[in-house]
Amino acid sequence: MARMDLISFKGLRLDGRRANELRQIRCKMGVFSQPDGSAYLEQGNTKVLAAVYGPHEIRGSRSKALHDKALVNCQYSMATFSTGERKRRPRGDRKSQEMSMHLRQAFQAAIRVEVYPRSQIDIFVEVLQADGGNYCACVNAATLALVDAGIPMTEYVVACTASLANGDVPLVDVSNLEENSGGPNLTVAALPLSGQVALMEMSQRFHLDHLPKVVECALQGCRDIHQILDQAVRRHTEMSGSALGWGNRAQVDL
Amino acid sequence: MWTTKTFLKKRKGSVLKIVREHYLRDDIWCGSDICTICAHQNEELVLEKNPQPKNKKFPFPHYIVLDTCVVLNQINVLEEDALCNVIVVQTVLEEVKHRSSSVYKRLLDIVGNPNRKFYVFVNEHHKDTYVEREPGEKVNDRNDRAIRVSVAWYESHLMSSQADRRKRDRVKVILLTDDVDSKQKAENEGLHVATISDYVRNVEDCPGLEDRLSQHNTTYELQAGGREPLFPAHFTPSQIHQGIKSGKLLQGSFLASRENFLEGQVNVEGQDKMILVQGRVGLNRAVDGDIVAVKLLPEEEWSVPSHMVLQDEGDDSDVLEEENAILKSKDERVAKLPTGHIVGIIRRKWRQYCGILQKNPIEGSVRHIFVPAERKVPKVRIETQQADILSSQRIIVTIDSWPRNSRYPLGHFVRALGTIGDKDTENEVLLLEHDVPHSKFSEAVLSCLPKLPWVITEKDVQSRVDLRHVDICSVDPPGCTDIDDALHCKELENGNYDVGVHIADVSHFIRPGTAIDKEAALRATTVYLVDKRIDMVPELLSSNLCSLRGNEERFAFSCIWELTSEAEIVSTRFCKSIIRSRQAMTYEEAQIKIDDLTQNDTLSKSLRGLNSLAKILKKRRIENGALVLASPEIRFQVDSETQDPIEVEAKKLRETNSMVEEFMLLANIYVAIKILEDFPECAMLRRHPKLPVSNFEPFIKAGRNLVCYQPLSVYTATIHCKINQGICMVLVT
Repeated sequence: MARMDLISFKGLRLDGRRANELRQIRCKMGVFSQPDGSAYLEQGNTKVLAAVYGPHEIRGSRSKALHDKALVNCQYSMATFSTGERKRRPRGDRKSQEMSMHLRQAFQAAIRVEVYPRSQIDIFVEVLQADGGNYCACVNAATLALVDAGIPMTEYVVACTASLANGDVPLVDVSNLEENSGGPNLTVAALPLSGQVALMEMSQRFHLDHLPKVVECALQGCRDIHQILDQAVRRHTEMSGSALGWGNRAQVDL
Repeated sequence: MWTTKTFLKKRKGSVLKIVREHYLRDDIWCGSDICTICAHQNEELVLEKNPQPKNKKFPFPHYIVLDTCVVLNQINVLEEDALCNVIVVQTVLEEVKHRSSSVYKRLLDIVGNPNRKFYVFVNEHHKDTYVEREPGEKVNDRNDRAIRVSVAWYESHLMSSQADRRKRDRVKVILLTDDVDSKQKAENEGLHVATISDYVRNVEDCPGLEDRLSQHNTTYELQAGGREPLFPAHFTPSQIHQGIKSGKLLQGSFLASRENFLEGQVNVEGQDKMILVQGRVGLNRAVDGDIVAVKLLPEEEWSVPSHMVLQDEGDDSDVLEEENAILKSKDERVAKLPTGHIVGIIRRKWRQYCGILQKNPIEGSVRHIFVPAERKVPKVRIETQQADILSSQRIIVTIDSWPRNSRYPLGHFVRALGTIGDKDTENEVLLLEHDVPHSKFSEAVLSCLPKLPWVITEKDVQSRVDLRHVDICSVDPPGCTDIDDALHCKELENGNYDVGVHIADVSHFIRPGTAIDKEAALRATTVYLVDKRIDMVPELLSSNLCSLRGNEERFAFSCIWELTSEAEIVSTRFCKSIIRSRQAMTYEEAQIKIDDLTQNDTLSKSLRGLNSLAKILKKRRIENGALVLASPEIRFQVDSETQDPIEVEAKKLRETNSMVEEFMLLANIYVAIKILEDFPECAMLRRHPKLPVSNFEPFIKAGRNLVCYQPLSVYTATIHCKINQGICMVLVT
């Protein structure tokens, strides 16, 4: 069979999106009552749950406590039913550990840890269905959960992937099929308003000539996702706020 | 606007459920100039506003929508200019891509040509024309339904923009399909539909179009119906698959024998010996090049290749002669080869064949036999109305099918090349049969050429080494316009020589990935015919800007050595340079300059220096075990008026030929050393390994039939043939 063209000559990808269009994002905050903050995010077919506990006392050894900052602890796990073939080890395998470290790196950049010295903030992320861009969906969901938990952050942390089709057209937000087709993938976790990058990961080498446009594509994707997440947060605040009767009754308009 | 597609994929015993996203859009336009609703860009307005109806059966203006089978089977009809304003729906495009990549490529070429007015409509992602597979519906039925839905959508979509037109000027949409079921359903839904043969037969002003119709499922089967099958049935694909998995059947490619039309060999991957197949039952309708499944016969039935040269003298009748009589004369001395029967065809590798028409002796008949130029290919039965005109022409025919009850495969006429025996036609046949691309360069390629007048800019001078002061010259065959190499040799103060080889810098003009680069990669070489030259790159580059002409400044890539007078290399350097070749000489002129001792200008001195160094280099190479592989070439002298050849002469090999060769080899060697050093992982190098003994077997076999034959072990061999005495002597060193 012929090699799949990631972008047809009409400018459409395999699933019908154009090169610069994101997948459909749906999210909901405050889905669990027990954790301090929680969120559920779907990016295309990738579905992720995030839960945030904290800030609280350091569990386990007191020696790990930092005297002037909070400790950020992340755990990434994939459900056994999340991929096409059943996964045997949901957590503790190498890839999950690596992802947890990357999540930690991304959030350390944005959470105002100096506000809570000697304490710990836990972020748990569970992937329910994996269809490409797992890390990004996790970062986005965790951001929403942190906002829901009320933990102060300098900015939203938003992540997005980008890749190259046919050698020179940058695609944003790649699905599993496009990831596996062999092109190079770039994952960027950024603070969109200030334009700073918290984490950048490339899956393969690619030519220096293409790098700037792929990075720019991913950053633009981050800005677009930021808008969506921001709207979601405002909507959630309005709804929960109006339900509790915050602010002037006359001003609240649903 | 967002749905999911789920399907099951069976792989290696396990079943995987795959879920994919599928987005439906509202920004896919219909591509028609009539439409007032869609917001088209200018280049998207492909379909005409007033398509001219040229069909007797459908006298109103219309667009055409094609079914998959029509595209796959009738691609030749589509390539003719008669059909325009055609909508290719994405469902059809994807299926064609999946089933046949060669037809897909040809379809893409037609779509890419703006004069043909073919529009690709992305119906799978359009929110109104997306069709989901109903439970219990087969994939093919779903695709047919998707095509019908698109046709209906086009009708209603265009109708709303045409309210102001008169009824008989309104553009309608016609579906062309050969599938009986689909046709019936379309008629029930009120769509205009026709079979491709119906439509083509009624097209006005295009008489040859009907001949190009492929005979896939029609008349022949009916006419030859009552006859007995001549060949055993092929196994079904699943039986073949099972047979190969269990090891009972072997897969390989079939190579027909050039001498004997009833014999061939199957080359199985991984096995050294070929499997012999003989006889009509053994060959079972395989054509040279096909990938076949072969069943090995038990050892008692193994046979030897026939030593007779047989040609197919048969006529049109479907009766097989007695084969045993034909296959007699087996050489008992030769060991028996594994023999088998071909039981199924895994993949046909049919292509277009050149040849001539063998007219049917019966007057007024439309069925004729086509005899291909390639002897390995069987004769083909075709139908054509134009037999009288075509019988004196070279034609191209392609094979459609080979039913069990027909002695020859069935095919159809594609196009005529010209009169038999006409020099241009025969040239064309040779080029086509040997797969040499010789069409004109496309617009895309020509647009990659630099604009004239070409000047050397300041930037160029700064980024390249200026060697315009060096006395460089080039030596080439007479009449050569694409001069690609030049040399120079200068004596230095310390007694050593400064020698340089300068190669035309084509990479300055041709950048990777451009259209001209791809076309050159496809052509791979310039083909030199007696009177014509088929260029690899357009003439502007090959004969002008990339040709190191005398007294013109050109860009080059130089390899410069410092050599002692004993041709020992002291140092090497490579650089991009600008040169001005002083003179472009022929081999003869250069030889005269060397030999004539009264000439003492710098060029003559450099040539003499190069010559003496070359001799030393050559001697050293031969001592190290180099092979001299070149065979003598001949040149035709063509009469300038009648263009007929009047004389043949062998090319004389002078010292200057050898001189140029030595320095080119030296340059190759040092470039190889350099790129291996710098790019060890991806340097492309060339080597000549030791020859395997089996390469000499056909030669030894032929020699056996002559008087003296001795088994020899061969290492390096210099072969002298005394042809006029009919003796071959093999000298071994």
